[in-house]
Amino acid sequence: MGIQVKYFASLRDRLGRAEDRLAATEGMTVAAVWAALWPKTPLPPNTLTAVNMEYASLEQSVRDGDEVAFFPPVTGG
Amino acid sequence: MTIELRRASFEPLVELGRYQVSQGELQGRYGATAIFVGTMRDFNDGEPVRGMTLEHYPGMTERHLQQIVETATQKWSLLDALVIHRVGELRPNDPIVLVAVWSTHRAAAFAACRFIMEELKSKAPFWKREDAATGTRWVEHNTPG
Repeated sequence: MGIQVKYFASLRDRLGRAEDRLAATEGMTVAAVWAALWPKTPLPPNTLTAVNMEYASLEQSVRDGDEVAFFPPVTGG
Repeated sequence: MTIELRRASFEPLVELGRYQVSQGELQGRYGATAIFVGTMRDFNDGEPVRGMTLEHYPGMTERHLQQIVETATQKWSLLDALVIHRVGELRPNDPIVLVAVWSTHRAAAFAACRFIMEELKSKAPFWKREDAATGTRWVEHNTPG
């Protein structure tokens, strides 16, 4: 099952893909998800994060079946 | 309370009128309607803009719009609220967003309309990419209200 990871807008363009998938490890946090997928790319400042479509901190823990999203500041309206 | 994302251009005042008469429970009860319409300009940051793409996060965007409207109904005594927001390709003069709020008296309608709009701007996951004279660019942040 794993963790479904999504990127949006300028961040997706920068990374060159919209989605990733990885297996959760024990006690994994949002920050650890990023570090596992992008070991050479620091998370850009101001990046917002969500877990299962709710805003989440980088310290929030995640598990298999969760959807984690990384995106730049929102600019709707 | 109604939240809608639209792929095609819409006429805010036509939508407003249509919605208002379709809501039977509103009839005879509302004394105030406050509306906000956001429209695409043909310039931004001192540059002409020819078009714009509005991206969103399907699922999360709808959920957050719903939550914002629910919070407004907890803070103020509202009879109804309607939020319509565009996604996809827009041209200058296209409406981007309509927020309409109905209440018995004006104070709640004015305050809730402003609240919904400001919350939408800061929390609802939408992203604008502009087609400017110098190429396409992502809008990095919203202007202060």
